[in-house]
Amino acid sequence: MTFLNFLISGISLGSIYAIIALGYTMVYGIAKMLNFAHGDVIMVGGYVCFYAMYRFGLPPAAGVALAAAACTMLGIVVEKLAYKPLRAAPSLAVLITAIGVSYFLQNTALLLWTSNPKVFPSVVGRGVIRLFDGRLSVSHVTIVTICSCVIVMSVLSWFVAKTRLGRAMRACSEDKAAAQLMGVNVNATISATFAIGSGLAAIAGVLLCSAYPTLMPTTGSLPGIKAFTAAVFGGIGSIPGALLGGLLLGVIEIFAKAYISTQLSDAVVFAVLIVVLLVRPAGLLGVQRQEKV
Amino acid sequence: MKRLINLKRSEYRLMWGTYAAVTLAFLVLQAMIATRSLSASMRGMLVPICAYMVMAVSLNLVVGVLGELSLGHAGFMSVGAFCGVACAIILQKAVPAAPVRLALSMGAGAAAAGLAGFLIGIPVLRLRGDYLAIVTLAFGEIIKSVFNNFYLGMDKAGLHFSMLSDTTGLLKGGRMIINGPMGIGGIRKIATFGAGFALVMIALAVVFNLVHSRYGRAFMAIRDDRIAAESVGIDATKYKMIAFVVSAALAGAAGCLFALNYSTIVANKFDFNTSILVLVFVVLGGQGNIPGSLIAAAALTVLPEKLRSFADYRMLLYAVLLIAIMLGKNSAGARNFFARFRGGKEE
Repeated sequence: MTFLNFLISGISLGSIYAIIALGYTMVYGIAKMLNFAHGDVIMVGGYVCFYAMYRFGLPPAAGVALAAAACTMLGIVVEKLAYKPLRAAPSLAVLITAIGVSYFLQNTALLLWTSNPKVFPSVVGRGVIRLFDGRLSVSHVTIVTICSCVIVMSVLSWFVAKTRLGRAMRACSEDKAAAQLMGVNVNATISATFAIGSGLAAIAGVLLCSAYPTLMPTTGSLPGIKAFTAAVFGGIGSIPGALLGGLLLGVIEIFAKAYISTQLSDAVVFAVLIVVLLVRPAGLLGVQRQEKV
Repeated sequence: MKRLINLKRSEYRLMWGTYAAVTLAFLVLQAMIATRSLSASMRGMLVPICAYMVMAVSLNLVVGVLGELSLGHAGFMSVGAFCGVACAIILQKAVPAAPVRLALSMGAGAAAAGLAGFLIGIPVLRLRGDYLAIVTLAFGEIIKSVFNNFYLGMDKAGLHFSMLSDTTGLLKGGRMIINGPMGIGGIRKIATFGAGFALVMIALAVVFNLVHSRYGRAFMAIRDDRIAAESVGIDATKYKMIAFVVSAALAGAAGCLFALNYSTIVANKFDFNTSILVLVFVVLGGQGNIPGSLIAAAALTVLPEKLRSFADYRMLLYAVLLIAIMLGKNSAGARNFFARFRGGKEE
């Protein structure tokens, strides 16, 4: 039964990683850039929701919606100001700019909201459901997290597969020049991808802070790196890959904490990543592209 | 000295120009220290600047010359720092002369980091591009976790070590060297600016000679087109490994120098952010541009200190400057803007 408990909390943590990893993987798939500022968008989402709920007394649903809207806007603005001028620049320059944006967001948060950790009260309360005479306990947060992940994933899969914008995204990720020739507005599509990714980051931020209720300007960094790892784990650029990578990473992390060692859990997670990449160099669900000369 | 004669004029000038500039900067700073015209905070930053310069030059070998992105360079700095400082503490009695002990410790740090680079290089160098980058990040984090849970002590019976928890069971009078998350405490600060200067010169000599040799040409061929390089018989894995190990060893020496400048050192100091910091030096200085790395490392280490008058806005300003520099250097719009003033052609 303890095994099942660990499995459920692993899946719950993994769901959060998966939602964050989606943002990384979508942006990477289209803009071919590692958006290191993504983790800090999570933190901004957490703070917006926190203030909406506890300063202005809005209901949780409104808080989440506001956080998602704010982060979507933030994603668009950052993309327009910092990344768009660098479309033709070498990828390392874009990477460093993303790091600059990450520092910028963290330090703005530090000035606006100070470094004192805020206790983020859960958006769905702290209720717990007990099953099998209380041997298996599942908190409401866990259920909401897992459900959100399923919903986000199905909506996004439908969106990318069926809608016009989704098709444009897939076209851009295959070949930008060819997409442009077919009449796809590549710049608008990239902006839309950033917007969607950042909106998802806000939702992930709220879920993360509900499950682990300390909110600081650096809250997003480590989950950001872990989710990035998850995206690579599943095969960066692939949406089902982000889900699989996120879930596996969450489960491995919780099991490593439970059965191996709390302090070494991060090392175990990264070691598994290395082993997976050695066996499948493009991640679990990634496509190994043949190089043509 | 056949190799030097074969250099092109511009390469020759760049190399000796860099040596001369670094020596000149060292002499000027020494003169300023002697006449007490350098502030205490600046004096305290001289050794870290030297260490960061070596870090930047060594990472430039991998990122700029070899063309592979490494996000775990701080991991090698960490290996060098911990092994080097442990060596300095162990040798405290046997080698009383501080400069000799410093040199031995830096050698030990470099050797340990080079070995770590070799071991990590075996799996890492099979991968390419962003996957290689993420695996170096992963190794950096693993090294940090390992040192955070590593205990090493020394007593009359010899060295004892343990993982996870302190079970070294030292005899009375023994000395705890590495104490898990508390790191190493009570370090004698034997690092000097002169040693830092020497290390920078050694790193420059190693990297310049490597880049201008047969090896360096192979690195650049692999960077520009791996397939073409392999088709003319360049063993890509072998050359990548050479660059990676040299870079790791230099980073290890730099880490040792850095750590011996402080009284305590913890594993969390060498985290992902430190790797990124060094990467920023390299990209800002220009990939493959060795003097550029030196200038960027020095400027960006001093900059936050100079921005101190802006108090809380310091790091925010740093971030804005970083973004502005990257945009100014790379965006077509900004380049055209500057070209107009110079009377150059628009793109």
